[in-house]
Amino acid sequence: MPVRKYKLFGLVTFLMLMLLTLSACGNETALTKQNEYDKVNTSKQMVWGVKADTRLFGLMNIKTGKIEGFDVDMAKEITKRIDPKAKPVFVQVTSQTRIPLLKNGNIQAIIATMTGTPERAKIVDFSKPYFNAGQSLLVVKGSKIKDVNDLNHKGVTVLGTVGSNSVINIKKVAPKAHVLQLQDYAQALTALKSGQGDALTTDNGILYGMSEQNPTTRVVGGTFTKEPYSVAIDKNQAELKNAINKAIAAIHKDGTYDRLVKKWFSNVPGFNWRTLLND
Amino acid sequence: MINILTTHWSDFVHGFGITLLSSIIALIISMILGTGFAILEIVPNKLVNTIAHIYIQIFRNIPLLVVTMFFYVVVTQFVKMSGLVAGTIGLALYTSAFIAETVRAGILAVDKGQTEGARANGLTYWQTMRIIVLPQAFKIVIPPLGNQFINLVKNSSILAFVAGFDLMYQGNEIASTTFDTIDTYVVVGLFYLVITLPLSYYMRYLENKLA
Repeated sequence: MPVRKYKLFGLVTFLMLMLLTLSACGNETALTKQNEYDKVNTSKQMVWGVKADTRLFGLMNIKTGKIEGFDVDMAKEITKRIDPKAKPVFVQVTSQTRIPLLKNGNIQAIIATMTGTPERAKIVDFSKPYFNAGQSLLVVKGSKIKDVNDLNHKGVTVLGTVGSNSVINIKKVAPKAHVLQLQDYAQALTALKSGQGDALTTDNGILYGMSEQNPTTRVVGGTFTKEPYSVAIDKNQAELKNAINKAIAAIHKDGTYDRLVKKWFSNVPGFNWRTLLND
Repeated sequence: MINILTTHWSDFVHGFGITLLSSIIALIISMILGTGFAILEIVPNKLVNTIAHIYIQIFRNIPLLVVTMFFYVVVTQFVKMSGLVAGTIGLALYTSAFIAETVRAGILAVDKGQTEGARANGLTYWQTMRIIVLPQAFKIVIPPLGNQFINLVKNSSILAFVAGFDLMYQGNEIASTTFDTIDTYVVVGLFYLVITLPLSYYMRYLENKLA
């Protein structure tokens, strides 16, 4: 009997040690980071993290197997301006996986409907904003909810996605509302349509994409925050960051930006795409 | 790791409570349903056998996520249910199919002479089943049942996909707000061990005691 007990104790101790070692790995930051800007120029490719479930920004086209959207086109244009010979490579990310993937070095930059918040800026670096986003609400046609003030009541359920900034925001703006966090936008939209929540909240651009595809839903109340999207890169990559900023400025200057905004947002019903061009 | 545990202690404990609650309810329901369908699959009635067989094949061969999403987005339009309820029902039905197959195997493994002896002594079919066959069958299938219970606890992480506020849901939320991904999931894993390790040792103990 005592022998068995020792064995058990030994096993548990071993497991704990394994876990501690594993968690220590996560805190390891002393790894020497490569210069990602040089890497783009030598490997002739730039690895981008993009969404693949977000209409108008990054959506997997099932016929071609390629991800398409405004973010993807921006990434192509930026890559072209950093190194004309470099090819953009797209890796599918979610709100949850994008920062870990960037920190691991699996991707070199994130262009995935991502707002540059001060909290995130402690972990990653952000370029200048490239899209005027703000938080808005999507409801089922005929809903009593007209704007964000209608949410701050007991019994109101708001849907969002795990890890998104809009969920943190809505908890501040409407503290009385019940917030459910789902895995992705498709699931959140399904939950809204099946009556699991009263409103779906996220950035305006994404909601317009949903509304375009689902005529039973409406975007209401306009935007109630200012959360422009930026490209995220790892810390200590000043060269890459400057190159991206320069590229974004050039895209604005030569009219490419207007062309891309028109391409993706001119078909959204009830939405004037030109408003996206003003600051 | 200690830091994430102390700063989010109440979230973890809340999630742990939901996971435990959902697991216990699903375990009880799936045990009852599973045993019931196991018996229905072997009673001498072809129609009843077929119905039980169809139930088991459906829930055993469809992914748990699909079953759960069906309740969360489809059934909820007729009967309102939260993510916690939908997830627990999905978990119970899914596991019951596996338990039914396990218990059925146990019943078939009981020596035929036991049934014949009981019937020869004047017990009815149901008395034979209840007093003679089932107790022996359960004894035989304790190890595979233990596996099903442990799987059930781990599968309860399905609740995270339908906003059921369980341990995994809390873990996802903490990981995405603190960006301390590895530490958070290590803590989540440890919390699951708090349920599954005692459970597996208890099943081992039962096995030794009853065998």
